[in-house]
Amino acid sequence: MSIAWYLAVSAIVFSLGAVGVITRRNPLVVLLCLELMLNGGNLALIAFSRMWGNGDGQILALVVMTVAACEVCIGLGMIVAIYRRELPIDVDELRELQG
Amino acid sequence: MAATTWGWLVLAFPLAGTLLSAFGYRRLPGRSAGWLGTGAIFLSFLAALGALIALQKNVPEHRELVSSLWNYASTVGIDARMSILVDPLSVFMILIVSGVSTLIHLYSISYMEGDRGFVRFFSYLNFFVFSMLLLVLASNFLLLIVGWAFVGAASYLLISFWYRRTTATSAGIKAFVINVVGDVGLVLGTYFIFKHTGSLEFLKVFHATEAGAFGPGSNSGDLVAACVLLLVGAFAKSAQIPLHTWLPDAMEGPTPVSALIHAATMVTAGVYLIARMHPLFELAPAAQDVGACVGALTLLIAGTIGLAQTDIKRVIAYSTMSQIGYMIMGVSVGAYAAGLFHLMTHAFFKALLFMGAGSIIGAMGGEQSLNKMGGFRKALPFTYACFIIGGLSLSGMPPFAGFFSKDEVLLVTGERGGWHWALYVIGYLGAFLTAIYTFRMIFRAFHGEPVSEARELEAGHLHHADVPRNPANGEEEDLDVGFPGPTHAIAERALPMKAAMSVLAIGAVGAGLLQIPKVDFVIDDFLRPTFATSKLYEPHARNGLLVFGLGLGTVLALLGIALAHRIWVARPGTATAIRTRTALGRGLYTLFVNKWYFDELIDALIVKPVAAMGRFARDTFERLFVEDTLIGGTTGLVRAGSAAVRAAQSGFVRYYAALLILGVTGVGFYFLLQS
Repeated sequence: MSIAWYLAVSAIVFSLGAVGVITRRNPLVVLLCLELMLNGGNLALIAFSRMWGNGDGQILALVVMTVAACEVCIGLGMIVAIYRRELPIDVDELRELQG
Repeated sequence: MAATTWGWLVLAFPLAGTLLSAFGYRRLPGRSAGWLGTGAIFLSFLAALGALIALQKNVPEHRELVSSLWNYASTVGIDARMSILVDPLSVFMILIVSGVSTLIHLYSISYMEGDRGFVRFFSYLNFFVFSMLLLVLASNFLLLIVGWAFVGAASYLLISFWYRRTTATSAGIKAFVINVVGDVGLVLGTYFIFKHTGSLEFLKVFHATEAGAFGPGSNSGDLVAACVLLLVGAFAKSAQIPLHTWLPDAMEGPTPVSALIHAATMVTAGVYLIARMHPLFELAPAAQDVGACVGALTLLIAGTIGLAQTDIKRVIAYSTMSQIGYMIMGVSVGAYAAGLFHLMTHAFFKALLFMGAGSIIGAMGGEQSLNKMGGFRKALPFTYACFIIGGLSLSGMPPFAGFFSKDEVLLVTGERGGWHWALYVIGYLGAFLTAIYTFRMIFRAFHGEPVSEARELEAGHLHHADVPRNPANGEEEDLDVGFPGPTHAIAERALPMKAAMSVLAIGAVGAGLLQIPKVDFVIDDFLRPTFATSKLYEPHARNGLLVFGLGLGTVLALLGIALAHRIWVARPGTATAIRTRTALGRGLYTLFVNKWYFDELIDALIVKPVAAMGRFARDTFERLFVEDTLIGGTTGLVRAGSAAVRAAQSGFVRYYAALLILGVTGVGFYFLLQS
């Protein structure tokens, strides 16, 4: 099977994630979409790994998963903190960074 | 032990004393800090004696020993080492400095007893002695400058010792600023010397100079410049005109400080510097002439000011300036041994006079004005005796020490012939003034009708002011740290003070015996190895001039004392008559009492123009150019630029993410199209 199919699926998953990150306002869903993007990237990595016949891409995919785990940790922690302070769970309302 | 080892020990003891009392001040009970400080300096004096004995064992050709501990900086041709030079001149100086310092430390134990800053005082005083010893032992210009700056700092700390007195702090600042002017002169002079000789070590510099590093012949431009710059340093430190105005103000410090720093040791550093640099000065006669003229001018002007001052310490301060004028003149005309001999005798009798002044100030409860003193002869017999000895020695009465040393300086000056005769005449005129102002002070303080404080003391009670006041401006004070303590000390009741003054009195009487014309030449012989290459050292006196000089000195001293007696004792009121009746008397009195308007002159010539320039620069350059144009322009640019891009910072995370993705996609497309 051609590498192109794998890459097409990877691109679709990634784009879905990206659209979700941009359009959704609930931080929990934004996090989920981020995961989608990361896993889209992972899929491409593993496809390339198979194409070249070595383990480099798989190792990189493992690193990405580790990063994803950390990010989920922090992201969920932040969401819990936001909830406990009774702040709105809405990324558009949380805009202290405005210049 | 080698002489240089003793030399290092001389430095080590005062440094140890400083650090011990500075860091252990909470643990030093009572007066122990005083004894610690005195002991440290006494050990230093013993080490100096050791250096003397070790040095005299060498043959005269090998009496210039250099010892180096480590390299200070040894880059591109700079040979700066932590090294000392032990030769007859430096040993002579360390003996005087450590010897007189020991006595003044001893005196201070009683004098400063009631002061809350007792330990601090001794820490500073030890630091001063260390710095001064470093200055005279240094074997290169770098270390000399370090010692030079250290004594300036110590002087500042001690003048402002009573730091809650505004008069004392401003006097300290003044002294420091004027001393820094001198430091700059010294550093620039060193630059010229280093430029031509390529070395900072004294001995190498001297050899190179004698070998013609500054070009053939004498009076080469750079050498004269170097020597005149060194003279600026010497004038500032030794309070010579026009850099002298700090010394009278420095009398704000405690009296032992005036005795040690502003009479006996630090202010003579300029004399030492010129004597040390004699191989350079002898090749720059123009600079020597500058030094001799300024010295002569100072000795005369300071003498006249001394006639009109009423603060007892200031009278002695002007006398110090005047005597240092003699020394500077002496070492500038080649009377090295005589100038240094006068330095030694002056250290004895001037320290003695200051200690006596401290005693009488103690009896007056802190008051220093001669106008309020009088008739202390019976109440303070010991102080009176010390004052008489010191005063006779200062006036140059035979057989006191000052007689031999002052006349020796003037004799050598006269020997030079030519225009030096003018200096000779000025010197004897100054000697006449010296006798008058010295005995004016003594007669006004000790003779005449006893004041109430003197009567109180005769009845056995030491006067204490109800409210302590600053003697300079009458402000009320309390007795806490930063002001003088509650108790005052007089020599009659304090054994350490009495002991210190007795030793100095013996010195003031007997030190002249070291060098009597035609009889013995201890100082001449001792110092000869240092001045071995000098062409001016020790000319042979003509008998006629010698006898004439000694006779003239005696007659002038007697005349001066007699005149002072007539004006202030035999016919009281004469002084007032002189300064009020005739226009000349009025004019001279106004001139003298205002110190020849030197402060006002410096104010008008330097302080005010510089302040005006500063204000002008602030209003135009700084306000308009720096603040408005440079700084204002930069901040304006940044502000405008940031206002433009601030709109992009919306705070919507989704917006940022979209931008990110757009950017990455854009970059991706760019590379795709490229390939």
